[in-house]
Amino acid sequence: MSQLVFDPSKVMDIDYTLRTEYHAELERARASRTVLKELAYAPSLPERGYNDRTLYVNVDTLQVEEKPVTRQMKDVFLGGRGFGLWHLWNAVKPTTKWNDPENEIIICPGPVSGITQYSGTGKSLVVSLSPQTGIPIDSNVGGHFGPFLKFSGFDALELQGKAEEEVILFIDGQKGIMRFERITDCPEDSHVLAEVLTSLYAENEADRVNVSVVSSGAAARHSLIGMLNFSWFDQRRGCIRLKQAGRGGIGTVFRDKKIRALVCRGPRIKSDLNHVADQETLARTAIKYHKEIRDNDPHQCMMRRNGTAHIVEIMDAYDLLPVHNFQYGSHPDTVKIDSAYWQQRCTQRTSDGCWYGCSMACAKGADGVVLKTGPYKGHMVTVDGPEYENAAGLGSNCGVFDPDYLLELNFYCDTYGICTITWGTLCAFVMECWQRGILNKERTGGLELCWGNAEADLEMMHQLARGEGFGLIAGQGVHGMKRIFAERGWGDPRLMQDIGMEVKGLEYSQYMSKESLAQQGGYALTNKGPQHDEAWLIFMDMVNKQLPTFEDKAEALYYFPLFRTWFGLNGFCKLPWNDVVPSDNATTSEPAKVPEHVQNYVDVFNATTGLKIDKEEMIHQSAKVYNFQRVFNIRMGKGLREFDVPPYRSVGPVTREEYESRMERYDQQMRDEIGVDPEGKSLEEKMAITREFRMNRYFKLMDTVYQRRGWTPNGVPTQARLKELGLDVFPEVVEVVKNHGG
Amino acid sequence: MITVNGDRLDWTEGMTVRDVLKAKNYKFPMLVIKIDEVLVQPRDYDATTVPDGAVVNVLHLLSGG
Repeated sequence: MSQLVFDPSKVMDIDYTLRTEYHAELERARASRTVLKELAYAPSLPERGYNDRTLYVNVDTLQVEEKPVTRQMKDVFLGGRGFGLWHLWNAVKPTTKWNDPENEIIICPGPVSGITQYSGTGKSLVVSLSPQTGIPIDSNVGGHFGPFLKFSGFDALELQGKAEEEVILFIDGQKGIMRFERITDCPEDSHVLAEVLTSLYAENEADRVNVSVVSSGAAARHSLIGMLNFSWFDQRRGCIRLKQAGRGGIGTVFRDKKIRALVCRGPRIKSDLNHVADQETLARTAIKYHKEIRDNDPHQCMMRRNGTAHIVEIMDAYDLLPVHNFQYGSHPDTVKIDSAYWQQRCTQRTSDGCWYGCSMACAKGADGVVLKTGPYKGHMVTVDGPEYENAAGLGSNCGVFDPDYLLELNFYCDTYGICTITWGTLCAFVMECWQRGILNKERTGGLELCWGNAEADLEMMHQLARGEGFGLIAGQGVHGMKRIFAERGWGDPRLMQDIGMEVKGLEYSQYMSKESLAQQGGYALTNKGPQHDEAWLIFMDMVNKQLPTFEDKAEALYYFPLFRTWFGLNGFCKLPWNDVVPSDNATTSEPAKVPEHVQNYVDVFNATTGLKIDKEEMIHQSAKVYNFQRVFNIRMGKGLREFDVPPYRSVGPVTREEYESRMERYDQQMRDEIGVDPEGKSLEEKMAITREFRMNRYFKLMDTVYQRRGWTPNGVPTQARLKELGLDVFPEVVEVVKNHGG
Repeated sequence: MITVNGDRLDWTEGMTVRDVLKAKNYKFPMLVIKIDEVLVQPRDYDATTVPDGAVVNVLHLLSGG
């Protein structure tokens, strides 16, 4: 056990108020602004977390409609991701593709979202049909747009249609006005666009805190991996900051609909805007938690100093940090990008929360970054993070251990509107293809995409933003690249399948699952694709050995995905759950679940909504939405067993080098678990035996998990399970299940 | 010999909880440690010795993104 000590004398002395400003761009935007349509509406504030109103907008016809939030919607889908999935289900057909006009982007804050008492309560969920997977994607995002939308009168915003020309939607929750506008001389990349639009739509400088912008960037327009930036105005720094709805390509859908930006001007934030049912319980629970952060965070994860980057060196120490496209789990150069460095590089003189009242305040910012490449070369910018996923994905997984380049990669991913996790994993795949001769300079148009070449990595990204060259191919993601490379005869498709880290079309996030069977399931048995926000079980399984049987693993793969789904239904951030724990957590019966915090969530939910749930009902609430999403996947043609199979790289050693790097572990497994003596066997024989064993073990896990979840062996929720969850009231849902043997 | 999270580890005279963590390279800050089912508080990691034959469980709490 080690504890990084904060040493203020080591923090780089950077004036965090200095950066390049975009006054000329603002003036040009102001001069080229046209109002297409304006209408008045009646703003409202939520009662007990809900406005009971949905805002529907067709960006093609500029039709605006209000829809009620029904009792049934609240009972079954709760809010957030649940509302998003329900609206999307009603909007699309089984044949709908991501770029069809009927596909929607739905932004839903959730009933708890926007309270300012408890930490991590400013989240929104964004739902759409993903360009990468063809099934619903949900992405959890901070920034202020969601709460502002809610305090302007709406529990959800549905965006449908495809505009012929670029359009901006402005919702003014203070004045009760909605306006469609076009700005012909408008920046595209998010750090400029959000700054310009914040100034343009704020009534004066002091009003900028009430404005939030949703945008994407130039690379989203040319790729399948676009993400959305949600802004907030950082008063201390005097600039806009960005949080990302990263996964699954929602930014691509946004740009395909020719939406340049969404802007919401909310009311001045106060502590009682959600009109909660029980202010006293809420305040009591929150104060207890804030004290816990103050007392325990400095000697636990130090989230307030380091953010999620605190686990870079931890993952390295446990052989879990992805290195060179998930081949290895640690690297001697990790010390160059670990939290000791980020603690010095990130500004420590200002609080860094992404929503009011969050005392965890982990949205770290590296200020004074002067860019070395691309269209903003020479500009001084503030880079959010890097968070763990960015340091691992853009860094170690690609062999990039230069922190300056890592910040630049992080910055350009954000402003160009592409997902950092996806970019990290797809670039790692590209670099391994280079290593194995599948790619070369001729095929990449001159880019030398070898391990650690950050300049080539950046140029590939700039190409994508410009819509040219090999960058365009990279922008198709790992799934698309495997197909393109195979079609061009550039490599062995079986090898590319093994090393291409994607399931259902979505790239893996940045943890090594190779030695944890439960985590292999935690990734591949997800609804949307391999993101760690369903189940992060590596420590429980691989290190603690708390899950020795298939049944134990299946139970964890039942509980944790449902528990974590609940955050997305309500507008909670996951981090305050278990990145700090109460002092007496060790004495509880299930410390890994952090029981006191689970009870806090029950109390905050009940205090907000006036309902009376307990921790069992919390799981039941999630199970309704989780199973509905599974059925939705099946309806769209991608929810069955065959789509839950991981690439072998996430299960075991694909190459000789990988086997040799952990020879002792694999040989021991052969002796102890497979019952075969490795002595005298060739490396190829041992690799084949290991592969057969590990894949069979994974398939057995699938069977056990499906059974625990109430699904058929083909991964279909049974009719009995639907009935148990009350989903049998939806005939279309039952029909999908019936048609697939459920 | 002692057992740590199911794996065997050579025991030495006077071995403390801190020594076990070093030997296993357990660096995560949020741990719940039990020796033969008895909880050891973090403040006692340096002073608590581990007896030969002990079963040590080092529970790492979840974390991350």
